[in-house]
Amino acid sequence: MAEILDTFFNIEILLRVLPFILEGLGMTLLLCAITVPIGLAGGLAVAWVWSLKKRYVNWALVVYVDFFRAFPPLVLLIFVYFGLPFVGVDLSPFAAVAIAFLLNASSYYGEIFRAGIESVPHGQWEAARASGLSRFQTMRYVVLPQATRNVLPDLIGNTLEVVKLTTIASVVALGELLHAARLAQSLVYNPTPIVAAALIYLALLWPAVRLLRHFEHRHLVAR
Amino acid sequence: MTSAEAVPPAPILELVALHKNFGPLKVLDGIDLAVRPRELVFVIGPSGSGKSTLLRCCNRLEEPDSGAVIVDGADIMRPGTDLNAVRQKIGMVFQSFNLYPHMTALGNVTLALRKVQGLARDAAEARGRAALAQVGLADKENSYPNALSGGQQQRVGIARALALGPKIVLFDEPTSALDPELVGSVLAVMRELKAAGMTMVVVSHELAFARAAADRVVFMEGGRIVEQGSPEAIFGNPREARTRAFVSRLSQGHG
Ligand SMILES: Nc1ncnc2c1ncn2[C@@H]1O[C@H](COP(=O)(O)OP(=O)(O)OP(=O)(O)O)[C@@H](O)[C@H]1O
Ligand SMILES: [Mg+2]
Repeated sequence: MAEILDTFFNIEILLRVLPFILEGLGMTLLLCAITVPIGLAGGLAVAWVWSLKKRYVNWALVVYVDFFRAFPPLVLLIFVYFGLPFVGVDLSPFAAVAIAFLLNASSYYGEIFRAGIESVPHGQWEAARASGLSRFQTMRYVVLPQATRNVLPDLIGNTLEVVKLTTIASVVALGELLHAARLAQSLVYNPTPIVAAALIYLALLWPAVRLLRHFEHRHLVAR
Repeated sequence: MTSAEAVPPAPILELVALHKNFGPLKVLDGIDLAVRPRELVFVIGPSGSGKSTLLRCCNRLEEPDSGAVIVDGADIMRPGTDLNAVRQKIGMVFQSFNLYPHMTALGNVTLALRKVQGLARDAAEARGRAALAQVGLADKENSYPNALSGGQQQRVGIARALALGPKIVLFDEPTSALDPELVGSVLAVMRELKAAGMTMVVVSHELAFARAAADRVVFMEGGRIVEQGSPEAIFGNPREARTRAFVSRLSQGHG
């Protein structure tokens, strides 16, 4: 037992690599603070354009959404960062992550918002438009608040996925948590840094999962 | 007699040769109708005759295919018309209320005041409270729709229309979704509105209300106005056999 602890949770090693790990955590949080809003904004844009119900535009939108939901995000990021320089587009790691997450996360968020908007009865549009609100105001003040509430569990669930997905930023050498932990592990020849990173991810995501369950439960009860 | 009295007042709402098709279906097939100030026009007709479409064309919620819609002297079909401004003049009340469930009664009533008319919160809320008081719901301003009875919800719907200060209010079967015991409170509010001089177009099956409050009854069928006249004439002594058949069915079915 002591041996196992010594291997997987060596306090001495932990203390040595902790500053390193915390720096990685900082980068992960920064990445979340970038990718989640970018994904939400992209998703809202997708859902807004879809709501205009222009047939050909919506066909294109379906292709866009399906394509990027089918495209593995890791492959997408590698393509954006290592592939685009061959056509002269040289991106910083941050820009590459932002673009890859915009394309990937906006497709998922877009689908969720679209379903939410569709769940709002047409009469809501009619009442708002009849009182003189513009299409945009109707979306913003009347439809979107209801839509968001209706798909809140899906939004939280997808946000969890986006947070987990920030680990792929390590392939473009952004020193996020996983990247820092692996580097530390290779320096100390001990898996403790990885275990520490895993525990931090759990601590980060566990409350969100509990929150999600709370909302899912409420949805079930409300039905 | 002065000349001002001799000239009939200009209509608040005038529909001229209005046509609307849904695919091959002629839903409105040449409607001519003028609604004068303070008039209550009551519209009846079988299901699918185009009553809702008629109302929805008045503020271009539904786009007419041809014809003119003249509101307060201006043809709102003309290109360049500011529809959101026009819609401030036309209140609309819906069969299913269509209240915003995530807003309180006062929030429902003040949204357009703030976002369209650009009133500050205080001013909007003062107008909103006055409108809620007018429908007898001054004490419900902080209630959400799901905490209100159907009759109360519909009165909030009416207050929402009134708060904008409209020149005319359109009602599409305002009591059809209500339990019978709640109908009276909504009709009472509508009668008060009429007495206060509001111009109204009401699609409804409430014949007793029409007898008491309507200036004119319009019978529609197949997207056309078949016959119109005073409530006494239409309900008591219609010229057209179709009107007679419909009215007798209505008075048996709905009371
Ligand atoms: N958006 C639409 N697309 C296609 N057809 C429509 C649409 N809206 C209405 N219609 C059709 O137009 C006809 C008239 O509809 P409308 O709702 O105006 O009738 P109504 O007189 O209000 O009937 P009801 O008494 O049932 O409310 C109906 O046959 C209806 O099916
Ligand atoms: Mg109807």
